[in-house]
Amino acid sequence: MRKTFDSASDALEGVLFDGMMIAAGGFGLCGIPENLIEGIRDAGTQNLTVASNNAGVDDFGLGILLQTKQVKKMISSYVGENDEFMRQYLSGELELEFNPQGTLAERMRAGGAGIPGFYTKTGVGTVIAEGKEHKDFNGETYILEEGIVADLAIVKAWKGDHAGNLIYRKTARNFNPNVATCGKICIAEVEELVPTGALDPDLIHTPGIFVHRIFEGGHEKRIEQRTVREG
Amino acid sequence: MAWDRNQMAERAGHELRDGMYVNLGIGIPTLVSNYIPEGVDVTLQSENGMLGMGPFPTEDEIDADLINAGKQTITELHRTSYFSSADSFGMIRGGKIAMAILGAMEVAENGDLANWMIPGKLVKGMGGAMDLVAGVGRVIVIMDHTNKKGERKLLKACTLPLTGAGVVDEIITNFGVFKVVTGGLKVIEIAEGVTMDEIRQLTEATLVD
Repeated sequence: MRKTFDSASDALEGVLFDGMMIAAGGFGLCGIPENLIEGIRDAGTQNLTVASNNAGVDDFGLGILLQTKQVKKMISSYVGENDEFMRQYLSGELELEFNPQGTLAERMRAGGAGIPGFYTKTGVGTVIAEGKEHKDFNGETYILEEGIVADLAIVKAWKGDHAGNLIYRKTARNFNPNVATCGKICIAEVEELVPTGALDPDLIHTPGIFVHRIFEGGHEKRIEQRTVREG
Repeated sequence: MAWDRNQMAERAGHELRDGMYVNLGIGIPTLVSNYIPEGVDVTLQSENGMLGMGPFPTEDEIDADLINAGKQTITELHRTSYFSSADSFGMIRGGKIAMAILGAMEVAENGDLANWMIPGKLVKGMGGAMDLVAGVGRVIVIMDHTNKKGERKLLKACTLPLTGAGVVDEIITNFGVFKVVTGGLKVIEIAEGVTMDEIRQLTEATLVD
């Protein structure tokens, strides 16, 4: 079965619907599926719940879906650097569920691995634990967190092949491998789409079984905090 | 004269031990990497998915795919490895990271930490702080002894929403070093020029011998 597509809009054909949940890879603006986010904006899908560590900046990344008011709810660990996000959140237009970063990553990993819930000590004794089941193991208290299974997972990788195998580059890996596993459908955009067999099987980060559609796209790769030392 | 930012960071550097894997928070904690003692080999973890964080890049070395958890451009070292966010927090939650050094708004005498939100003010999120304080071996806080209004930050009980309950092991302020022990905080070290009276006056938490 063909997994390769020509563009984001091509790859998104038939998978979007109003009210759906989308999990998105990336940390800040690093390793985000830029083309797919633009494709979702262009498709105009409404009332989205988006699980992503961050929400982009005003004019880039997931921020552009906030500009168009397509997002109903965000599940994130950190949403600074985004004025429009704050405006919509404070005015009550946007729902926000804060998850500790590691809990969010594990919820995605667990959801993708068929694990509906897991116990963690992260957040015990804080507002995060309110209303959640508590259980003691070996004298320590843990809370129950639920796995995330999204209708659609969107990820960005460095290289991918026609079988959907993915390799990420440096810290652009971040949430992408976990997001890829937690979608009922996963679409990957890559900087370079190579023939099947061109990637070393020992170096594959995300095996193709998790990736249903793949395409090559150009990437701006905007940098949020350019910090340098004297050369 | 109390300690300045760099002196606080330098003091925190004394807590590092050879072979440790350490996570440094944003702000003064980041400065600790400038004060790793001679002969002590420490590997820095960045929770977005990297072990072996190098210094900031030169203009030529900037790579959009290589950032730290503060979203700043950085470099890699020979020892560097990259991994997913779930693996990253696996090593944090799993107790593989020996120490986290981070900032705080309030610390209570029982080790409660508040550093992620002020109700009614802009809330940006906890990021990885809750996972770090719950999971790593030792939690060291670096912060000014009082806030910008001169109010006390070492309290009997935190007034702000917690990041973690009973998680802090040691606090380094511009006034000195304080260890969380049974019954309160123990003064381990006093910054040059600071008196015990000043510390008592500006500390609400119980100070124990």
